[in-house]
Amino acid sequence: MSYRYEIRLSGEGGQGLVLAGKILAEAAAIYDDKNATQSQSYGPEARGGASRSEVIISDEEIDYPKAINIDLLLALTQESCKKYHKDLKDDGILLADSDAVTEYPDIKSKIYKVPIISLAKDEVGRVMVANIVALGIIAELTKIVSIDALESAILSRVPKGTEKLNLQALKIGRETGANLIAA
Amino acid sequence: MENKKRIRVMTGNEACAEGAIAAGLRFYAGYPITPSTEIAEILAGLLPRIGGKFIQMEDEISSMGAVIGASLAGSKAMTATSGPGFSLKQENLGYASMAEIPCVIVNVMRGGPSTGLPTLPAQGDVMQARWGTHGDHPIIALIPNSVREIYDLTIRAFNLTEKYRVPVIILMDEILGHVNEKVILPSPDEYEVWNRVKPDVPPEEYLPYQETESGIPPFVSFGEGYRYHVTGLVHDQTGFPTNDSKEIVRFLERLNNKIDRYKDDIIEIDEEKDAGAKIGIFSYGSTSRSAKRSVIWAREKGIKIHSIRPKVIWPFPEKQIAAMAESVDFIIVPELNFGQIAHEVEWAARGSKAEIIKLNRIDGEPINPQQIFDVIIELDGR
Repeated sequence: MSYRYEIRLSGEGGQGLVLAGKILAEAAAIYDDKNATQSQSYGPEARGGASRSEVIISDEEIDYPKAINIDLLLALTQESCKKYHKDLKDDGILLADSDAVTEYPDIKSKIYKVPIISLAKDEVGRVMVANIVALGIIAELTKIVSIDALESAILSRVPKGTEKLNLQALKIGRETGANLIAA
Repeated sequence: MENKKRIRVMTGNEACAEGAIAAGLRFYAGYPITPSTEIAEILAGLLPRIGGKFIQMEDEISSMGAVIGASLAGSKAMTATSGPGFSLKQENLGYASMAEIPCVIVNVMRGGPSTGLPTLPAQGDVMQARWGTHGDHPIIALIPNSVREIYDLTIRAFNLTEKYRVPVIILMDEILGHVNEKVILPSPDEYEVWNRVKPDVPPEEYLPYQETESGIPPFVSFGEGYRYHVTGLVHDQTGFPTNDSKEIVRFLERLNNKIDRYKDDIIEIDEEKDAGAKIGIFSYGSTSRSAKRSVIWAREKGIKIHSIRPKVIWPFPEKQIAAMAESVDFIIVPELNFGQIAHEVEWAARGSKAEIIKLNRIDGEPINPQQIFDVIIELDGR
């Protein structure tokens, strides 16, 4: 049975969601040898403005490269949560930043509320790595990519000198994700 | 393991830049504009390393001029742009068409008109690609639908422009320019690279616009000892302007017949036909990816489909559409504009019973598979 797994990473411009999507796609396509595409939609602004990055992972050829039936939605802002939850599957997952999102949609999907940006700031030391913390959580929640693959993809993409910081972010994210499942 | 190394996740813009280099690109001039900017950005890094030249010009008009000059001087040359930038290219694009100077123009389409929707996809420039510059003129336009195909068709664009001495346009859109896809790029022994045909006569016997058997005059680069005149005015075989009616007709007929004569070699389509299909689909570029999924769904429901996807949109695959129109009742034409190509399809299908069904979207979002599928279901029930 072939599968098509759809992830939408949403928030605002500057939160590193396009890069996070690219890392996730590379982890799946290059290191896990699956098929993957990553696409994006953003406004004309360099910072701020709604931003979304979508990753499709499949074991077959991916024709339509955009998300239509979302398995996992990451929402780092209230606006993105409101705007993008409609395409979530009933058995999908909403992962929201609990500091940014205060109003939740009435949906059947599982909702995980995590202070992702605060975790990046307080536990890792840099707000900038919130995208990698989110990837760690997503990897644990979905098991859609292997941790080895994700680690390799992160190391090949992040700027030189930030490897340790990003691996720490991944670790914090994974621990958080594992706790969510256990809870 | 060797294969694993060649697996990459790359965007359409990256594939375009790398495909151009693979085809022999050595000169790029441009002015950055979303969503084509990455093509310039990547080539600014790659070209100097292989002895090529990258110039960021003051605008799109001069960029196109620089590309023409570089090509005349012997370099394979390209520029890339989007939206209003493509409008600015048109004047010099006409000059390249008139003076038969090989060059490749990439247009990563975004919403228009004017500055329109800079970051969002559209397919509103398909007619501009054909008729954007004034006067009857030959043009070739390619329309890929995936990252890997962008690589392949960029190589083909250079081959075609060198062979036919006609500007070649590559029409992408924001989705294809920015989408990251898994690709395994071909090695150099898996594709051909064509170069311009040089004259076999000494400089004193060289006629730059000679009427040859092929209809395509041999082309010699400036600086190789052959001196000749290049102009945007209608010219005779010597390259100098003429107002002689006989010469005007001779020249313009040869210029415009170049494409008509070779269209069977240039046109390239993807075709899938279920026996007995009553519903046809003609889709192109990123929209054809949605069409593909909708066709899979339709077949799961037992609905037969005949689909054609052009990889070359100009010259237009009229013959192929006419053949499809003989056996189907409907041809759905989904496109991210108000129906520019639907009119061409209608013209190609003239005299048949096939009804052309337009499916359009202009809000900066792609036409999704469900939209096309809904139309298929509706038509199947008629």
